[in-house]
Amino acid sequence: MGSSPTSGTKGNLTPRKQIEHERETRMQRRAATATNSEPWVQCAKCRKILFRPDFERALRVCPHCGHHHRLGARERIHITVDPDSFRETDTELRSSDPLGFPEYADKLRKGTAATGENEAIITGIATIGGYEVVIGAMDFGFMGGSMGSVVGEKVARSFERGAERGLPVVMFCASGGARMQEGLLSLMQMAKTTAAVGKLQRARLPYIAVFTDPTMAGVLASFASLADIIIAEPGALVGFAGQRVAAQASVGKTPPNFQTAEFQHEHGMIDLIVPRRQIRPTLIYLLEMLTPAAGEVNTP
Amino acid sequence: MMTIFDFEKPINELESAIAELRQIALEKGLDRSREIAELEAQRERLLKQIFAHLSPWDKVLLARHPKRPYALDYIRLMCENFTELHGDRLGFDDPAIVGGLAKLGNYKLVIVGQQKGRDLKERQRRNFGMAKPEGYRKAMRMFRLAEKFRLPVLTLVDTPAADPSVESESRGISESIAQSMLTLFELTVPTVSVILGEGGSGGAIALAATNRVLMLEYAIYSVIPPEGCAAILYRDPNKAPQAADALRLTADQALQMGLIDGVIPEPLGAAHRDPQTTALSVRAAVLQQLDALSQLSPEALREQRYQRFRHIGVFETAQ
Repeated sequence: MGSSPTSGTKGNLTPRKQIEHERETRMQRRAATATNSEPWVQCAKCRKILFRPDFERALRVCPHCGHHHRLGARERIHITVDPDSFRETDTELRSSDPLGFPEYADKLRKGTAATGENEAIITGIATIGGYEVVIGAMDFGFMGGSMGSVVGEKVARSFERGAERGLPVVMFCASGGARMQEGLLSLMQMAKTTAAVGKLQRARLPYIAVFTDPTMAGVLASFASLADIIIAEPGALVGFAGQRVAAQASVGKTPPNFQTAEFQHEHGMIDLIVPRRQIRPTLIYLLEMLTPAAGEVNTP
Repeated sequence: MMTIFDFEKPINELESAIAELRQIALEKGLDRSREIAELEAQRERLLKQIFAHLSPWDKVLLARHPKRPYALDYIRLMCENFTELHGDRLGFDDPAIVGGLAKLGNYKLVIVGQQKGRDLKERQRRNFGMAKPEGYRKAMRMFRLAEKFRLPVLTLVDTPAADPSVESESRGISESIAQSMLTLFELTVPTVSVILGEGGSGGAIALAATNRVLMLEYAIYSVIPPEGCAAILYRDPNKAPQAADALRLTADQALQMGLIDGVIPEPLGAAHRDPQTTALSVRAAVLQQLDALSQLSPEALREQRYQRFRHIGVFETAQ
């Protein structure tokens, strides 16, 4: 949405955050393009040099400072679901450029080049600890994980698929917000995805959202915030407006942990902050708790 | 950069000349009707000339015009028996959101709208029409009231954005916007929204997930303010007029893309030159939609609303 669409989040960050953001982006680019040829990587936060195989084994969490580096959507699904259980859906959807918006076509091409994906989200069906779920994972590397028509469509279809097949939905969010390049069409995706969550809710099926760095604006203000249980990774940026906009609109000082997962947790907007390695077991626990036992149904 | 206010200057000069002549005629008992008629014709020609060639940016400025009628003006001009209701029942009463019970034609209904302020003091009190979480929670409370008593809902949208402050973030502004949309989607009574002025991103869609969405002719509806878009796209907020072109944020363009259901025409020279006539047009347009929606069953209303938004999106399908 407005204040922090796609890569625009950058313009709204405080200098400290800006430096971190740039480091992170550099790292991600390196990680995405280097095809693991460089044996050493540097932590974006504590700047310590890490041996790449160790770093990858730690799921890109710095062993020194615990900083959670961003993960691509496909890696995210890979580390979350049961081996070979993921069946991708709706792979045929491609963004067009309905407004003829400046630089959009080029940005789409760059998004694909950077991530190897066709869009900012991957969706499908998989099992997690044996529980069959509809799963989605957003990819910040593709135009800042922004939500345009295709992302909105894939999210809406995921909730509808869950409702039709009686499956829980798990969504990994990573997004700067709505995709400015599709104008009002992208704002409407907020309403569309929200309506689809309603369908799943009425079917009394669990919806678990995981906020990863960053979960912002139009995505946070629609389907992301409507989950039954909300999990976040430590340190993830989670908020509505860009930091500069928020600071300008506020009286007094912005708290140091403003718009982090921890800040949102303190203010009652997030249930659990869970380190990356613990997310899969946490999901299995929640699916067990919220899924009716065999033979039972969650009837209204 | 030419603005609509620059265009308005010669019109304003003509208007004060006309007023002056009228005053003189009245005081001295002279017949100046021919001169007055001539000046009025001139004024009309000028208005037509200017309003025939408005750019999207001109419409942005008109939508934000300080004299533009606001939600409470429309409510006063088109409804009977309006009673404002207050509070979210969670500890707050956000002055940026107004709402209550009213009669419109033969309908008893619930109205909820964003309200900007007219003078500086009121503008600050109403936070320039930027609602906080408690504003959307107040709106939801009224939506649920409407559902319980089977009253149609009319929302009047006019906001630059939802409030982005630390305070609003602390109370869950994003969650409140999402819940407001979800509450509207679950209603089984007819719902209509009218974008009166600024339809500012999430702050606007929070109240506009309705069966029918109408826009006034010079209202705008956008995912991001043109200034913000220009800052990202051109690294220069002063290029907002170019950004306004790119975003396709006018009522005509939203209608062309099939994203709204109708455009309500404004009188010559825009709503602020004739609030009365504008309000009557809004009233007629809303009544027309309510008449049509009243034919649908509660479940059909919810389904129509779902399908209306479900099919929005433009994409390609690869082989």
